[in-house]
Amino acid sequence: MLHLDWILVLVGAWLGLGLIGLLVLRNTAFVARVLFPAGGAVAIALAAVALAALFDVPETAVLVVGLPDLPFHLRLDGLSAFFLLVIGAAGAGISIFAAGYFRHGEGTPPGLLCLEYHVFLASMAMVLLADDAYAFMVMWETMALSSFFLVTANHRVPSIRQAGFLYLLVAHVGAIAILLCFGVLQANTGDYTFANMRAQSLSPLWASAAFLLATFGFGAKAGIVPLHVWLPEAHPAAPSPVSALMSGVMLKTAIYGVLRVGFDLLSVQIWWWGVLLLSLGLITALFGVTFSAVQTDMKRLLAYSSIENIGLLFVGIGLGVLFKAYGMDSLSALALTAALYHVISHAFFKSLLFLGTGSVLHATGERSLGKLGGLMRRMPWVGWLVLVGVLASSGLPPLSGFVAEWLLLQSFLFTTELPDTFLNMLIPVIAAAIALVAALAGYAMVKFFGVIFLGQPREPKLAEARDASRLERAGLVWLASGCVLLGLFPVPIITVIDRVTHLLIGAGIADTVRRNGWILLAPTALDRASYSPVIFLVVVCVAVLLSIWLVRRFYHGRLRFAPPWDCGFPAQTARMQDTAEGFGQPIRQIFEPVFRMQRELPSPFDDKPVYKVIIEDHFWHWLYLPIAHATELFARVVGRLQQGRIAIYLLYSFVTLIVLLLVVKS
Amino acid sequence: MTFSGLVSQLLEIVLALAFAPLLTGWVNQWRAWLQNRSAPGLLQPYRLLHKLFNKDSVVAETASPIFRIAPYIVFACMALVCGIAPTLSTDLPLAPAADAIALVGLFALARVFISLAAMDIGTSFGTLGARREMLVGFLAEPALLMVLFSASLITQSTSLANIVESLAHAPFAIYPSLAVAGVAFTFVSLAENARIPVDNPATHLELTMIHEALILEYSGRHLALIEWAASLKLFAYSCIGLALFFPWGIANADTPLVMILAVPVLVAKLAVGGMLLALIETINAKMRLFRVPEFLATAFLLAVIALLVHVLLGA
Repeated sequence: MLHLDWILVLVGAWLGLGLIGLLVLRNTAFVARVLFPAGGAVAIALAAVALAALFDVPETAVLVVGLPDLPFHLRLDGLSAFFLLVIGAAGAGISIFAAGYFRHGEGTPPGLLCLEYHVFLASMAMVLLADDAYAFMVMWETMALSSFFLVTANHRVPSIRQAGFLYLLVAHVGAIAILLCFGVLQANTGDYTFANMRAQSLSPLWASAAFLLATFGFGAKAGIVPLHVWLPEAHPAAPSPVSALMSGVMLKTAIYGVLRVGFDLLSVQIWWWGVLLLSLGLITALFGVTFSAVQTDMKRLLAYSSIENIGLLFVGIGLGVLFKAYGMDSLSALALTAALYHVISHAFFKSLLFLGTGSVLHATGERSLGKLGGLMRRMPWVGWLVLVGVLASSGLPPLSGFVAEWLLLQSFLFTTELPDTFLNMLIPVIAAAIALVAALAGYAMVKFFGVIFLGQPREPKLAEARDASRLERAGLVWLASGCVLLGLFPVPIITVIDRVTHLLIGAGIADTVRRNGWILLAPTALDRASYSPVIFLVVVCVAVLLSIWLVRRFYHGRLRFAPPWDCGFPAQTARMQDTAEGFGQPIRQIFEPVFRMQRELPSPFDDKPVYKVIIEDHFWHWLYLPIAHATELFARVVGRLQQGRIAIYLLYSFVTLIVLLLVVKS
Repeated sequence: MTFSGLVSQLLEIVLALAFAPLLTGWVNQWRAWLQNRSAPGLLQPYRLLHKLFNKDSVVAETASPIFRIAPYIVFACMALVCGIAPTLSTDLPLAPAADAIALVGLFALARVFISLAAMDIGTSFGTLGARREMLVGFLAEPALLMVLFSASLITQSTSLANIVESLAHAPFAIYPSLAVAGVAFTFVSLAENARIPVDNPATHLELTMIHEALILEYSGRHLALIEWAASLKLFAYSCIGLALFFPWGIANADTPLVMILAVPVLVAKLAVGGMLLALIETINAKMRLFRVPEFLATAFLLAVIALLVHVLLGA
């Protein structure tokens, strides 16, 4: 059997598990203990097959389903295999966690949830396999719809229904753009297979049109500013495993789409596409990270952080396009490797963080950062594992986020070799902004971890918080070890990514990287730049252990426990710690013009002073509400046609007939 | 990896560990003299460390293990920083393991851990310190990175050892871009080492303290390690600054004689640097906290301008 057949079997297994869920609609125990772990096992198998397929030649198949004479064309090449690997590897952890998570009904019966969840996974896998526009759009829509139902799992809450609707709306606006993009790509041949699109050579004008449509369509799915508004609403509204799946995995299908269209279906790249992606990515990253630092809801904070990461991915891809357009293939490979590394790294750490919030939510029933605190002592497992994700997400060595960031910054250092002087000037400034984004991400993550897990509990009920269940822990451990391994062993991972960059641009950095062995990562030349996470970790660990041992050896190890000192202030309570608002205050002040703030400040004479601050983004008021109002206005004008009397409608038909006759006559 | 490389590597770390507090003592002494006070002895920081190590550590009841492990991690990070920063020689076996970007990452790692430890106890001062430290950090970090980027662009390498080696043999005496970057680096070093005008290491006043608020709950050996790490950080920053902007006299040949010659040069450079630092701290006033972002934004912009100067002039 070919790899592709195995993958179809596994996708079929997911669908089968979903259907079984439908049979045992309300049997929570069976769904949780059998179906979700089985889904996790399928995901691991999928990752293994995808990894094997990555090192093999592309395979194609024709699946006779759907409309007559219009079968699904499928193709498994390096690019799809890589993203399948991401789905499988991250999905496995999420499924295992979900097995422990869906303990009681979330509004939707567990069996139905199981169906939606597995259809979602299966459709994501099929999007990656699709080799014609028809199959792609069907799977893309299935993905959007199944995730819509998952987002609205808790559909009795009005705000969740609203978030779901917004998500559906933006998803469909994006889907229209993707459909139009395929329309342009097939170049009037009427053949919508990707093979035909690859064979076409479009004029620069039409190629740019296709590229812009793809950027818009996939950007809407990925959450590129200004199409991001659905993301901070929909991701927090969903149950945590679903948020993890959406943020960690689904956003990557949009990245896949950009890569597929930009590098595979379009044969030639134009330099300003790269600049466009770079600037969109930069704006998105800056926007996401500033908003993430001022959030007071833990899941919204993570959702904005996802927007930031998607921005960084677009920056990497943009740099890749730019280098490719100027024929600097190996540098383009470096930038794309950075982006793809970030794809897999983000899949792991963001899933981990979202799942961590899920455990916190279950243990405390609280999503608001202002009411959490001190959970490190109540939930040590979740606390330590989330800390790994936090460090990876802040881009700190030696974890996974740093490798991607390091590679991206390395590729920026080569931009001075671009032949265009203007770009030479512009791009170092972008590198500076990226450095700022990375540092701000650290700020947001320290806030996220510090406010939830450290300090004293801000509410009495937190004292009863229980640590995550065994299956939940297993899922978290899987993802956390992914973050660590991806951070420590970049060379094998780059060997994997190399297959993708070879497919997309015909160049890769693995040969250079492998020359120095697995321990040292040197993407270009050894004396130019190198980084070795293993040595880094070993030295830090040895230094830690040595200093502990030496201190004990030469001095005593006496320790006393006492109440916190706090400069001798006796009446210290948990309410005196920084809240999430307090911790974000410097960011709010420095980046004030970016936010739309409404503040309610208490007067000094209030008996019960209340402080409230609402932060919204300007795009909502500048872009979306005007469009919504215009649509309503237009609908009202059109609505005048509806009179509700049959005579009027007959009159309409009569007038139409007359007009048509006149047209035919003349 | 050569034998002499290994020796110079070990020597560097050991020398840094041993003499970093001396630099702190030197700066304190000069500051006292410049402010017309009678100065503590040069060895005062060692006495302080010895005293603190001998005391019991008092840990708050509400502390989690993060609080207790953080001083060791911070100390280890700073020791590694001293290991990769070319102070005496550029022939360092550890240098390929972490380049300039990883150096910034190391500082960030230490900062994140100390901030988390400060939030761990759950006191008002701790969280205040963590917030302010992260505020300083998120502006200083990219500025430092951009300074190092300008040097990397000139030397076509991000490895600190290679940067310093090529700068030491550069055809230019002074690169215009590095001159601008040097100013930015000075700003960043002042902020990162909790010095006036950003922070005052000698105060426990709520309105002004940043670094002291972070470590308020620490005592005994934990505090000793943090103080030592702070000395190491100052030492490392001074050495990196000297190596980048005044790289003459660093040994790059692997002969012991050159290494021995490099020591007095380094000592002389550090002595002058320490005096200048004390001077800056004396003639400046502490800024209001919300002027600090402006100060650091200036540093950041200067660093970016340095990059642009390099791109424009090719130097």
